Amino acid sequence: MKIHLKVWRQRNGESKGYLEDHQVEADEHMSFLEMMDVLNEDLVSKKETPVAFEHDCREGICGSCNMVINGQPHGPDSGTTTCQLHMRSFKDGDTVVVEPWRAVAFPVIKDLIVDRSSFDRIIQAGGYISVNTGQAQDGNAIPIEKGRSAFAMDAAECIGCGACVAACPNASAMLFTSAKVAHLGTMPQGEVEQSTRVQSMVKQMDLEGFGMCSNTGACEAECPKGISITNIALMNRQYAGSVLGSEKSV
Amino acid sequence: MSWLTNFLFSSIGRKLTMSLTGIFLILFLTVHLLGNLQLLAGDGGEKFNLYADFMGQNPLIQFISIGNFFFIFLHAVLGILLYFQNKAASGGGTSRYAVKSTKTTTYSSRNMAWFGTVILVFILIHLFQFWFKMKMTSIPELVTYDGVEVKNLYTLVAATFSNIPFVIFYVVSMIVIGLHLSHGFQSAFQTLGLNHKKYTPIINGLGTAYSILIPLGFAIIPIVFYLTKA
Repeated sequence: MKIHLKVWRQRNGESKGYLEDHQVEADEHMSFLEMMDVLNEDLVSKKETPVAFEHDCREGICGSCNMVINGQPHGPDSGTTTCQLHMRSFKDGDTVVVEPWRAVAFPVIKDLIVDRSSFDRIIQAGGYISVNTGQAQDGNAIPIEKGRSAFAMDAAECIGCGACVAACPNASAMLFTSAKVAHLGTMPQGEVEQSTRVQSMVKQMDLEGFGMCSNTGACEAECPKGISITNIALMNRQYAGSVLGSEKSV
Repeated sequence: MSWLTNFLFSSIGRKLTMSLTGIFLILFLTVHLLGNLQLLAGDGGEKFNLYADFMGQNPLIQFISIGNFFFIFLHAVLGILLYFQNKAASGGGTSRYAVKSTKTTTYSSRNMAWFGTVILVFILIHLFQFWFKMKMTSIPELVTYDGVEVKNLYTLVAATFSNIPFVIFYVVSMIVIGLHLSHGFQSAFQTLGLNHKKYTPIINGLGTAYSILIPLGFAIIPIVFYLTKA
């Protein structure tokens, strides 16, 4: 199958980017990244600079293969990362536009690669639990209700790819931050620090220059892991509860 | 007190202000509609004029109306501010990609700021047409019911709605308010953190019904006045 690609090229963060046209001979069994590999091999053989894109596990769990494909983060298939998207989702002769995540808090490094260290700093602000090392605890010592652990597990599915920010018309990072807040704070081990966690993480999120949620639901629809905006509601009420209800302020 | 300003100016704090002022304005719409429906009582405006006079005199109503003006102002100013901040944070909003995808969001959720702007312009014109003329000028003449002298706001309403451009303007504005409400109603609850398996479907259903019925109720008034004008 012939694919007409329009790929975003940008030398570095300072330079102006543009869409570059390419023809790629792909196979419908290829993943989208394999199709990009074909393009890059072709570019290398022509002594041109290959398209820079981030990739690692290629099995949908690392959250690095970030591309906006025809206006949709991770492409047209729902619940799928770019590496798990296959060319059978496209037709022979299709024009496919590939762009990087676009948000001020995700500056472009090169071509399709953006700097997502703003997410790392949100995690550093409170996305952890403090547990003393030592003897392994008895796994059954802390009883946890099944519904609660399932809710935490659903939130923990977030791979931090940033598709929520890319999809959001406001480039808000609330789905990501709330997934971490919900995943860590719902379980008893993380509940202890939840009050300060939610305040610290929201504070850092605001400092990074992300936009504000206007409840369009685009994040939830484009999330490759199906993280729900229920988490955002949880973060909103826990944030208000923490600021207004506790004596701590971060 | 810095914790309070930090809270109010945080991303979630600003959203909460939008949500709470929005809910107040939603409640205001119901009261306003119930009062205005008296225009259709078919009594030449007696009920409505007495009601308008009561609303203009009662100190409690006056106090709430100051709050109402303030919340409209806050909701509008903050909404415009958030629009520009979000546009700057995303580097161009929905049009920042070469291919604009609208599959995952609703028309109204994407255009809240535009609807809000139209509504603000509507409110200013609407206030000038009725509130300003009622309070500041002698345009509605006096009418006497059982010895009580009140301003005849009814005749002003009838005169305004005998004019087809105003009727169209009011009906179109009500459609815009409906679109604004269709996202705003349920969005206000989500922002407050009220997202629940049991209640959210009810809130969404109420929001849809509200965003159709309330603007419809308002839109009927100019239409009836125009069709039944002498």
